[in-house]
Amino acid sequence: MRHIVSLLMENEAGALSRVAGLFSARGYNIESLTVAPTEDETLSRMTIVTSGSEEVIEQIVKQLNKLVDVVKLLDLSDGRHIERELMLVKVRATGAYREEMKRMSDIFRGRIIDVDGGSYTIELTGSGSKLDAFLEAIDKNAILETVRTGASGIGRGDRILKV
Amino acid sequence: MQLTGAEIVIRCLQEENVEFVFGYPGGAVLNIYDEIFKQDKFKHVLVRHEQAATHAADAYARATGKVGVALVTSGPGATNAVTGIATAYMDSIPMVVLSGQVPTPSIGMDAFQEVDMVGITRPCVKHNFLVKDINELASTIKKAFYIAASGRPGPVVVDIPKDVTAHVAEFAYPQEVHLRSYNPVFKGHSGQIKKALKLLLEARRPFVYAGGGVVLGDAAELLTTLTRRLNLPITNTLMGLGGYPATDRQFVGMPGMHGTLEANMAMQECDVLLAVGARFDDRVIGNPAHFGQNPRTIIHIDVDPSSISKRVKVDVPIVGEVKSVLAEMLHLLDEGEKPNNAEPLKAWWQKIEEWRSKSCLKYAMSDTVIKPQYVVEKLWEVTKGDAFVTSDVGQHQMWAAQYYKFDKPRRWLNSGGLGTMGVGLPYAMGAQFAFPDAQVACITGEGSIQMNIQELSTCKQFHLPIKVILLNNRYLGMVRQWQEFFYENRYSESYMDSLPDFVKLAESYGHVGMSITKPGDVESALKEAFGAKNKNRLVFMDFITDPKENVFPMVPNGKGLSEIILAEDL
Repeated sequence: MRHIVSLLMENEAGALSRVAGLFSARGYNIESLTVAPTEDETLSRMTIVTSGSEEVIEQIVKQLNKLVDVVKLLDLSDGRHIERELMLVKVRATGAYREEMKRMSDIFRGRIIDVDGGSYTIELTGSGSKLDAFLEAIDKNAILETVRTGASGIGRGDRILKV
Repeated sequence: MQLTGAEIVIRCLQEENVEFVFGYPGGAVLNIYDEIFKQDKFKHVLVRHEQAATHAADAYARATGKVGVALVTSGPGATNAVTGIATAYMDSIPMVVLSGQVPTPSIGMDAFQEVDMVGITRPCVKHNFLVKDINELASTIKKAFYIAASGRPGPVVVDIPKDVTAHVAEFAYPQEVHLRSYNPVFKGHSGQIKKALKLLLEARRPFVYAGGGVVLGDAAELLTTLTRRLNLPITNTLMGLGGYPATDRQFVGMPGMHGTLEANMAMQECDVLLAVGARFDDRVIGNPAHFGQNPRTIIHIDVDPSSISKRVKVDVPIVGEVKSVLAEMLHLLDEGEKPNNAEPLKAWWQKIEEWRSKSCLKYAMSDTVIKPQYVVEKLWEVTKGDAFVTSDVGQHQMWAAQYYKFDKPRRWLNSGGLGTMGVGLPYAMGAQFAFPDAQVACITGEGSIQMNIQELSTCKQFHLPIKVILLNNRYLGMVRQWQEFFYENRYSESYMDSLPDFVKLAESYGHVGMSITKPGDVESALKEAFGAKNKNRLVFMDFITDPKENVFPMVPNGKGLSEIILAEDL
């Protein structure tokens, strides 16, 4: 089953590699991993999307907690949460595509953030499946380049991950 | 007080009451070695290869319970130390390894003797640090010792660039450490402990399975008291030997691949299993699916939550220090009625005695060729069961574990998790430094001993009166055994050709060498080696043993515990 795990860790050199190394060393799946400093600059927040049986997820959570740099951890999938992902897509914008891409972007509530004679760059946010749906919906031949951040997640209401 | 980085390192080690630093100098640590030259608070032991430095530090920790310390230079010094670090990691041994690093401006420049030590050791340390700022040097070393020794212990590496050892800063050693991200658990959950005790008291076929956590957690005495009061049969794993007296009636031997019939059958058929500081390792429970066939309630006490329900689903998890949990159990027992379960456990004990009566460790003696088991039995007699015994890895390791009956914890030093050949001699060094007047025996094979034989030179320099018990069967015996059983006798590269004359080799290092070829000479030779004449000498005993002897019982890889093969089955 797919799980989305959020964790706070010391914002120190090498901390990211400890998490990445743990996943590869123990053979855990990793679908995406995002990390950035928080409002408290001594802490980084990481969101990991992984999958596995309940036993494997239990081990992943325990092993992550065991890392000395990990301060606090929350398996967002255990309760109500929201997740979002950002995608930038560069698409062909010549001929019929010029109108078509603008329209598709509007339908998916995307924003065109760069324009030149031959292409648009569209910014889209949403759940992973919404981003997938956008890529499905447009003509494959029109896609020049895509970049996705991987999911970021946060608990709903009073589910707060904070030190 | 303004001190250089090198001076700070020395002061930190002194503040931690370090007695021995096992190390090897080199370019990146020259400043530190210069300060070592000027002090006499701790002793530096110059090994002959950095692997031995980490092994000896590890053994010192195993034997004493204190944190072992090793010091190596950058690059090859650091990489040589890695095997010793991984060995300590797998067995949860508290150790601090200080490694030199190239100066900070050179890091990443492929400088001479540069290696990413933090990167290389990341998967085999409890934690590691690269100190880039001298102002963080003392606090980092303090953290390293704290992390290494607390919770589930483990090795911690502190990588120190050369320029940091030359910089100057104000020195103040922190008295305490607070890490918001690291809070090991001490006390177990009281409700769970009550529940566990109730289960144990109501069990009809209870069994105690105690591992290295009992030894490392200094809980052997409490475990022994609890086991005796509840009249429970008990097994100690390879790492846990000595956690309960092996000569006691309630002890049924070691479990696992080369465990006794009675220990393995009891593991399989018990109704309540109390696992203490053990981790249901593949060498202990065999095939987990087969192990799961028998219904039983499992109580698991461990300081590391990730050890619980990792390979086997546990019913009553208790996360806490083994010592504190066992103390609480005993306290509850004191408060309650005095349990008398002699009658309810009678049938179970009968069953165990039935298995025990098979004498699964018996072996055929010979008048002409020395049986390795016999050497270990005689060693036990001659040393009155009270020696520090180290081993390397392979058949001799299993025979040592099976036939030397350890009554005390911290007497048996071996690489259980990683299975590192070459630990035996440096382990003996670490133990002998810690206990200079104790008898220290290194049971080894002719394959393993050659992996760190250069340490005979260190032993000479420091006058270590270690007794090396070489069970020389001219084969990588465990490899040969598997090839005989599972590869139709194709002995691929397992014959040890072109062996040195070990007697002359020992003598060339200034030690005493002995060659023993007849069974009748085994006992007298051991008495001579451990006698007054050789009290201050290292004696290297080359026992020429039966090349075809195999280790029994055996649970073949991937099989279940009750699918155990005894010598008599073949």
